[in-house]
Amino acid sequence: MIVQAFAFYLFAGILTLSALMVITARNPVHSVLFLVLAFFNAAGLFIMLGAEFIALILVIVYVGAVAVLFLFVVMMLDISFSDLRKGAMQYVSIGFVIGSILLTELIMLYGTWQFAPDKDQNRAAPHVASEELTNTEALGQLIYTDYIFAFQTAGLILFVAMIGAIVLTHRTREGVRKQSVSNQQARKPSDVLEIQKVTPRTGV
Amino acid sequence: MIDIQMEHYLTLAALIFTIGVFGIFLNRKNVIVMLMSIELMLLAVNINFVAFSAYLNDLAGQVFTMFILTVAAAEAAIGLAILVAFFRNKGSIAVEDISAMKG
Repeated sequence: MIVQAFAFYLFAGILTLSALMVITARNPVHSVLFLVLAFFNAAGLFIMLGAEFIALILVIVYVGAVAVLFLFVVMMLDISFSDLRKGAMQYVSIGFVIGSILLTELIMLYGTWQFAPDKDQNRAAPHVASEELTNTEALGQLIYTDYIFAFQTAGLILFVAMIGAIVLTHRTREGVRKQSVSNQQARKPSDVLEIQKVTPRTGV
Repeated sequence: MIDIQMEHYLTLAALIFTIGVFGIFLNRKNVIVMLMSIELMLLAVNINFVAFSAYLNDLAGQVFTMFILTVAAAEAAIGLAILVAFFRNKGSIAVEDISAMKG
């Protein structure tokens, strides 16, 4: 029990601190790296909650893909980030007010909130943790049966996002000599060859 | 305090969500850090979903977390692609320069 509490406060503390560093770091590269740290600690919390599959997906998707994407964009765009910070403190006071109101409301809500007495009848996918059925297997049995259409839609969303990202960032450059297969195929001998009569000793 | 309950996770998620909201105000000129703040807010929502899922013994929350992850990844990819396309055309990513549609 005490080990669990220690692990929770360790992960939660590092997660909160690195989230704060994400929004306050001067260099956006540091922001991205603190975001990676935050996601690693969130994955640790998910493992503590018994959601191993989601935890590892979080590490793979966020650290492996999204954070690297952010890093690429931050490093590839030639921007003076110090100029972007000028005059940025102008709305901090109103942001602070809104943030503290939101936090107070949420914590007040969680302080008094309780489960409904008949919560066990309202479960969508009841799951009893057991030795023979791991978290990944249980999720798999659910995703490929009850949630198959939602799962396929998620794949479709990723597909559309991939096409959208390619279309948005693709550019055709002028003056590049490339092979054009259709032009090659459409070329006929009659277009490019002609037979000339050559009389002897005169040349063409 | 020692016994970790669901309220601990929910309070942590509330904290992360508030940091995300505050980050949008703090970095209101830098679109990249704003996108990262949105990722933080989505992470807070995911923590809420997984905490409820674990303490109710209901796996639907974890399934939904996967869909949120999918949409978050798609959103990050599209957002950064729009950012790159905008930077190529205008040479800037400052938020006040993004006003071509007079919105």
